[in-house]
Amino acid sequence: MQFEKVVNVGGTTESGRETFVLNLGPQHPATHGVLRIKLTMDGEYVMHAEPVCGYIHRMHEKMGENRTYAQFLPNTSRIDYLSAMHYTHAFVGAVERAAGIEVPPRAEYIRVITSELNRVSSHLVWFGAFLLDLGGFTPLLYAFDDREKILDLLEAITGARLTYCYYRFGGLCNDVDDDFLRGTRDFVQYMRPRLGMYRKLVTDNIILRKRLEDIGPISAEMCRKYGATGPVIRGSGIPCDVRRVEPYSVYPELEFDIPHYPGGDCMARYDVRMEEMEQSLRIIEQAVAKLPEGPHIAPKVPRVIKLPPGDFYYAVEAARGRFAVRIVSDGKDIPYRVRLRTPSFANLTLFGEASQGMLLPDALALMGTLDLVIPDIDR
Amino acid sequence: MSPSLDELQAAFLQLTASAPPLNNSTVAEPAENGQAAAPSPPLVQITDARAKGYHLDATVATNQVVAAAEIMDKHGFSIDAVTGVDWMAAGQMEIVYDFFHPASPLHVVVRTRVPRDQAELPTIQGVFPGANWHERETHEFFGIKFLGHPDLSPLLLPEDATYHPLRKDFPGAV
Repeated sequence: MQFEKVVNVGGTTESGRETFVLNLGPQHPATHGVLRIKLTMDGEYVMHAEPVCGYIHRMHEKMGENRTYAQFLPNTSRIDYLSAMHYTHAFVGAVERAAGIEVPPRAEYIRVITSELNRVSSHLVWFGAFLLDLGGFTPLLYAFDDREKILDLLEAITGARLTYCYYRFGGLCNDVDDDFLRGTRDFVQYMRPRLGMYRKLVTDNIILRKRLEDIGPISAEMCRKYGATGPVIRGSGIPCDVRRVEPYSVYPELEFDIPHYPGGDCMARYDVRMEEMEQSLRIIEQAVAKLPEGPHIAPKVPRVIKLPPGDFYYAVEAARGRFAVRIVSDGKDIPYRVRLRTPSFANLTLFGEASQGMLLPDALALMGTLDLVIPDIDR
Repeated sequence: MSPSLDELQAAFLQLTASAPPLNNSTVAEPAENGQAAAPSPPLVQITDARAKGYHLDATVATNQVVAAAEIMDKHGFSIDAVTGVDWMAAGQMEIVYDFFHPASPLHVVVRTRVPRDQAELPTIQGVFPGANWHERETHEFFGIKFLGHPDLSPLLLPEDATYHPLRKDFPGAV
């Protein structure tokens, strides 16, 4: 079938076939949150997709302008609730950079361990939910079972299961104990064979491959033009990862690969995330082995933080891609402006172009591989 | 193929030299708390990335933002974000463009300022389609108009919103 350009939205195609508007969401299971997409359809084919956002907009950036740095810190863990460690990392990183606070090595290693655990748990949610979108119910139960072990580990040291506020300016809220380290080592040993099982059970499954291979191609050039990052750009063959490209924390001291696949299709993005979990386990294993002794927080961090005037920027690799904080300070104890650059926002912008001419179920598979978290878009 | 910092600085120096940004060069950072205004920084400067988080800071004239985006595009950069900063005391709006490079550790900040009561500048979404939503968001939060933008309707705020919450004179602002 030949795809045609829509002459006017909600009207007809070039050859006069009638189109119709399909409203996907804001309460649709495949959008995983309150995202609405206005689809102009030619039969089963998407001619035009227009995401409509803002249903859970909370104006975090305004909140940043009327509270102190320490008071704003918990907000950052509520932007992408599946990847909270990375988000708090970016904010404390920006403040530490501006204030010139040296973080003790032990704290940085624990940050890496907890961040990577968080990445695995986030990818496990994506894995379960994505396969649910495609019609496979069973993997969700396995994935959530594994994720539960991570949540238990992190809950024991942070006190939270999802919206962690564990990192503090200059270090961590509290040190980890032997139980956590033992539990983490055990988890790595436990998780590796599970990933092997997922490969056999799901990745090599012919039904899944037929559903994802050559579906939803996104070129490297499109990623660059739209600012798409994370597994989306790595699924288009570019090994773009903030941990490697703009290294932060102690990542340069650890060995890991940046999985990237040139396919650009849904399968490539799927493969990137599955392999990333293995790499995260590798990082965790090394960081636990190399964990130095010492304090978990820098001594003499001022209780009231005032940053020098100017603007400061800090980017991290969150589970969905590049998350960055820009703080504009005017020298007071309250930020003049806090800008939050979120990965889901940038990744969703290319959906309109990428989904053009796709079958509706394939467009949903494409949306699944973008791994959208709606509060991350709406902020 | 990763560009060098000097190459980029030269490209921006050439751009800013071609038409001196009148509305920027004469204005220093606004004085806060009655302190003396800081001297105007150079328009294109290499910054200490360890202290700032970015490598090159370029201030361009309002009508040069598209040309600046084209420089970034030519050197293989990707759009990171577009945002505004309301310098109410100075009567100006600052628009900040962040660019990152997918393959090399380079981060470039391009900034420009417009008068607060006539906040308008050209859109760069023709160069980077990803800027579309960032500009739309900047428009709804700050009331900055991006000329030539296809759709400046509110993205995150309610569709009938007529207010701009990140302006410093927005009720409830501190």
